[in-house]
Amino acid sequence: MATLTVPEPVPSPVEDAERLRKAFQGWGTDEKAVIAILAHRDAAQRKQIRLAYEELYKENLIKRLESELSGDFERAVYRWMFDPVEREAIMANVALKKNVDYQVIIEIACVNSPKELLVVKQAYHGRYKHSLEEDVASKTIGDFRKLLVALVSTYRYDGEEIDTGLAKSEAKILHDVIEQKIFNDEEIIRILSTRSKAQLNATFNCYKDEYGSITKALASESPNEFALALRIAIRCITSPKKYFAKVLRHAVDKSGTDEDALTRVIVMHAEKDLKEIKEMFHERTNVALEHAVAKQTSGDYKSFLLALIED
Amino acid sequence: MDVPLAAEECEAITRAFSGLGGLGVDEEALVSALGKWRHQPEKRAQLRKSFAGFFTADGGFERFEDDYIHYLKIEFARFKNIMVLWAMHPWERDARWANDVLHKAHPFDIIVEIACTRSSEELLGARIAYHALFHRSLEEDVAYHVRENFSNLLVGLVSAYRYEGDSINEEMAKSEAKTLGTAIKSAGVRNLVENGEVIRILTTRSKPHLRVTFKYYREMYGKSIEEDLGDELCLQETVQCLDSPPKYFSKVMDETLKDGADKNTKDALTRVIVSRADVDMEEIKAAYHEQYGAQLEDVIAMKTLGNYRDALLSLVGQ
Repeated sequence: MATLTVPEPVPSPVEDAERLRKAFQGWGTDEKAVIAILAHRDAAQRKQIRLAYEELYKENLIKRLESELSGDFERAVYRWMFDPVEREAIMANVALKKNVDYQVIIEIACVNSPKELLVVKQAYHGRYKHSLEEDVASKTIGDFRKLLVALVSTYRYDGEEIDTGLAKSEAKILHDVIEQKIFNDEEIIRILSTRSKAQLNATFNCYKDEYGSITKALASESPNEFALALRIAIRCITSPKKYFAKVLRHAVDKSGTDEDALTRVIVMHAEKDLKEIKEMFHERTNVALEHAVAKQTSGDYKSFLLALIED
Repeated sequence: MDVPLAAEECEAITRAFSGLGGLGVDEEALVSALGKWRHQPEKRAQLRKSFAGFFTADGGFERFEDDYIHYLKIEFARFKNIMVLWAMHPWERDARWANDVLHKAHPFDIIVEIACTRSSEELLGARIAYHALFHRSLEEDVAYHVRENFSNLLVGLVSAYRYEGDSINEEMAKSEAKTLGTAIKSAGVRNLVENGEVIRILTTRSKPHLRVTFKYYREMYGKSIEEDLGDELCLQETVQCLDSPPKYFSKVMDETLKDGADKNTKDALTRVIVSRADVDMEEIKAAYHEQYGAQLEDVIAMKTLGNYRDALLSLVGQ
């Protein structure tokens, strides 16, 4: 469930656009006003506001926000402004700059349903005049390329049917390969990237019954980036909410806040399932997400995140 | 009493049953023979006696060779098949053809053909149809069933969802032409089909971009990339399909209409005509004429029979 709260009745897009305009005028920006409006509108409403603002003031609202705001706050608001599909295309593109953030690519590829992933890819075409696959391929090399391209290219079968015999045999294949520490074996990539999610869940259950947890087996290896990537993919496929709760836990670690991850998870899930993710966060840490975020962040960035998180 | 068959009757029936006369069956001639030989079982007996190889004497009667029965059924079915395929949604056609490759050992070329000559939306449609028909994804089945060295290439090709716009980066095209050239010169051509860069370029780049890349390749190396890939058929076919479907299909037509073509090659006639009739039939005819100096429709008319022929010619157009 979403944590986003929208006032009832909600002001008209024109009213919102006017109030935003006022917030930009004069010296500096009235960030509180920006947050009060934008952090409490859903994707459809935000789109209406963008259109109304453009109509009234002949200016792109997002560009204006980019120039009025700064730092982590600006990055968070920028990502928030887009509708979920466009946002994922943008985040995928950002993840492919310089050092590829493969975690984000894997999340997008594996958490989405097959249809959702397809729509993101279509948005990517429109925005960047390239396919997501070609950009992932040209920015990665070797085994990571094979894995990531396979994960983003796939259009998995969406049905619930399970072939138990196949699940057993593929669990065994996975086990044999993991045991020999050949994590980049083509069979792992084949199974993880082509099988339906229902079939994969059955396979991982067979694995668990026969050999124990597959993610633990992959984790028990000394820092092996590829094994880590596989774990992320498996977690995203089997239990995405738990996975995101974990990402949040790491993001608010005392040793240093990972604002990118924090922004990413909160912005991408506030309208979706941040409520359940919060609950899992609380279960594991005995601390409310709001509390952890309030402690580890500050200023307008903090206010914005809290506005999205609090329900 | 043995009534000898007139030579022309023999020839007409032989041709009508085809194999010796081309693809399909001359239904009209056969129906006419039915009429002419009414109440004359001795004529049919003579037919069976004079068709050596189709019938063999066996314990007091002339027995139909099993192979030939099978063969005749195929030829009779050509018209049925083309009609059923014609009525079918293109997505379903492609999905079924792909599935036949994987489960009935039809040639892999068909998968390359489908993956590379269809538009991004059409290929996506085929994958959607595959889900609906077979409750698996196309890429999952290709990955699982294809264990040859071109497996990764094939999976990449069927999984492609290429950008379809015209925007091209000329510098990138040049650089990737060079990458392909280097890969071809250095690798043993056998290993080329597993080369990561070759696979990346051929399975993810947009088609307009690839065409420009191939153009630069020719400029840089003096030969077309097709020629240089001559020993690796899978790659060669991939490049042909991506570069120019009409040229590729006209080659397929030439092979399918040659004498002595095997069953799979002959089946390509129906497949290509049905799948391209609404797409680029005119370009295919033009390419065929340019390459072989003949009109495609004339050659088809010569090599096929009956309703099957008529159906083909209707789809091919004037």
